[in-house]
Amino acid sequence: MTTTAPAHRGSATRRRGGRPGSRRNTAIGLLLTAMMLFPIYWMINVSLTPQQNMRKDPPDLLPLHPTLSGYRAVLDDQLPYLWVSLLVGLGTVALTLLLSAPAGFALAKLRPRGGGAVGVMLLIAQMIPGIVMAMGFYGIFLNLGIMNTWWGLVVADSTIAVPFGVMIFTAFMSGIPDELLAAATIDGASVWRTFTSVVLPVSRNAVVTVSLFSFLWAWSDFVFANTLDGGGSMRPITLGIYKYIGNNNQEWNAIMATAVVASVPAAALLVLAQRYVAAGVTSGAVKD
Amino acid sequence: MTITHADGRQRPSAVPRESEAGSGRPPGRTALGRRKGGGPWSSKTAAWMFLTPVILYLGAFYAYPLYRNIDLSVRHYTVRSFVQGDAPFSGWDNFHQVVHDATFATALRNTMVFTVVSIVFQYGIGLALAVFFHRNFRLAPTLRALFLIPWLLPLIVSASTWSWMLNSESGVVNYALHLAGISKVDWLTSPSWALTSVIIANIWIGIPFNLVILYSGLQTIPAELYEAASLDGAGAWQQFRRITFPLLRPVSAITVLLGLIYTLKVFDLIWIMTKGGPGDASSTLATWSYRLGFGSLLPQFGPGAAVGNILILIALVFGLLYIRVQRRQTA
Repeated sequence: MTTTAPAHRGSATRRRGGRPGSRRNTAIGLLLTAMMLFPIYWMINVSLTPQQNMRKDPPDLLPLHPTLSGYRAVLDDQLPYLWVSLLVGLGTVALTLLLSAPAGFALAKLRPRGGGAVGVMLLIAQMIPGIVMAMGFYGIFLNLGIMNTWWGLVVADSTIAVPFGVMIFTAFMSGIPDELLAAATIDGASVWRTFTSVVLPVSRNAVVTVSLFSFLWAWSDFVFANTLDGGGSMRPITLGIYKYIGNNNQEWNAIMATAVVASVPAAALLVLAQRYVAAGVTSGAVKD
Repeated sequence: MTITHADGRQRPSAVPRESEAGSGRPPGRTALGRRKGGGPWSSKTAAWMFLTPVILYLGAFYAYPLYRNIDLSVRHYTVRSFVQGDAPFSGWDNFHQVVHDATFATALRNTMVFTVVSIVFQYGIGLALAVFFHRNFRLAPTLRALFLIPWLLPLIVSASTWSWMLNSESGVVNYALHLAGISKVDWLTSPSWALTSVIIANIWIGIPFNLVILYSGLQTIPAELYEAASLDGAGAWQQFRRITFPLLRPVSAITVLLGLIYTLKVFDLIWIMTKGGPGDASSTLATWSYRLGFGSLLPQFGPGAAVGNILILIALVFGLLYIRVQRRQTA
C-alpha cells in the first residue's frame, strides 16, 4: 500500500507527461469543457441557421447549411447600439480609473485615519442590488433631465465598478515595496508625482484588471440601460438584443447573431488580458 | 465580477482583502510621511486629497440614490408627484401594503429557493471541478480558462440563449429529453418549471466564479500533506475529506457568502427569461420590485422601493457576516 503511489499528488512538474492517468484526465477535461460550453456552441449554431429551419424537428445539431443573414441583420439594425455600448464602456473605464486608482493608493500607502471606514463603505456599496440603485437613479435622472444620455449611463454603470476598482488597487498597491516610494520621495518627488510616475506604471496589471472588468460590466449592463436609457436614440447593445426579443418577431438567428457579436469583447478581453492579470506585482520595477 | 456583473456581478478571483490596508505593516506610513518640510501632516492631507473624489462620488451616486430610495418607500407617490417631488409622507404604509400582498410570500420563497439551490449546485460543481483541475493534466490551464466564458458573457446573451434552448417546441433541451425517451417539458411557460429553468441557467453562470476561487484556495494547500496522507494509505476520497475540505473551509465560507450576496440580487437573468412569470411562478424580490416600479404603465414607485429596501436588508445581513468572516481570517 505504502509503496504503490508515494508521489501520487506530487507537484505539477513531476506529474506532467506520460503518466497513465494524465491522458484520461485530459479526455475527461475536454468532455466537461464541451458540456459547459455547449450553450455557447448552440448560440453560434443557431445564429447560422436559416430562419426556415429554426423550428425544424429534429433541430440541426451542426450548421450544415449556414447562412449569414442573421449577421446581415446585425449590420443593418444593431451597429448604432454597438457604438453606444463601446462609448459607454470606454467612458466607464475612464471614470472608474480616475476615481479608484488615487483612492486605492491613499488606502494602501498613505493610510489616513478613517481609511478603514471608507473601505467598509465600499464593501457595503457592492452589496446593494442594482435594481435598487436603478430606482434611486431614476428619480434623480428625471429631476436633472439627464434621462437617455450616454454619459448618464456612464455615471450609473461606474457605480458597479468603482468599489471593485478601489479594492483591487488597494490590494495591489499594498504589495508595492515601500522602498520604491521612499526612493522617489528622497529624490524630491511630491506625493502626486510619486503616484503618477512610480505607483501607476508599476500598477499596470491592476489598471488592466480594473479596466477589463469595468468595461465588461458596462458593456453587459441591462438594468441601468433599461431604466435610465430606454427611450433615447443612444441605446446600448443589451437593449438592442432586448428589443429584438421583445418585438416577438422570433427571428432567432438574428437574435443569436447579435448575441454572438455582443460576446466578442468578453472573449477577446479574456484572451488578451490573461497574461496581464497573471503577471506579478512588482515584476517591472524592483525585481529586475 | 459578477461580476457579476452585469449588475455588480460576482467578482473575479483576486478577492481583495481591504482590511490588509489597515492591519500591520507600519513602515508604509513612514515611507511617504517623512517628506521634508511637511512632516506627517502633509501626507495626511495628501491622503484625503486622493480620497476626496471617491468620497464625493460615493455620496452623490450611492448615498443619495439610496436616500432617494428610502424616501420613495415612505411616501405615497404618483407619477405626477414623482416628477414634482411633493408626495405626502405615508410612513410604513408602503411596507405594510407590500408585506400583506399575496405576491410577497411567493417572491420571498422564490428568492430563497433560487438563492439556496443555485449556491448549493454552483459550489458543489465548482468544488468538484476545482479538485479535478488541480490534478494538473495536459491542457488543464487552457480548459480552466475556457470555463470562465459563461461568467464573462453579458447576462442578456446567456439569458436569451437559454431561453431558446429551453423553448418548448424547438428547444434543444426538449430534443435531448425526447432522445432519452422523456416527454417534453414546458420549461419557461409552465408555473411548475419556470423557477427551475432560471435556476439551471443561473447555476451555469455561477460555476466559473466558484471554480476560480476554490481553485486558488486549493493551491495554498501544501502538497506534502497529500504525500504524507498517501504514505499513510489514505485514498483519494479520504484525502478530500480529511485534508482538502477542512483546509478549504475559510475559502469556502468566503465563496458561499459572496455567492449569496450576488445571487440575492440577480435580476437580469430572470427578467429576460420569464419576466418573473408565468403569474408569479418565478418572481423574486428583485423582479417584483422592478415590476412594481417600472413594469407597468401605472408605476408604483413607493411599494417598489419598499421591496427593494427589504432586499437590501437581507443582503446586508449576509454582507456583514461576510465582512466578519473575512476580518477573522485576515486577523
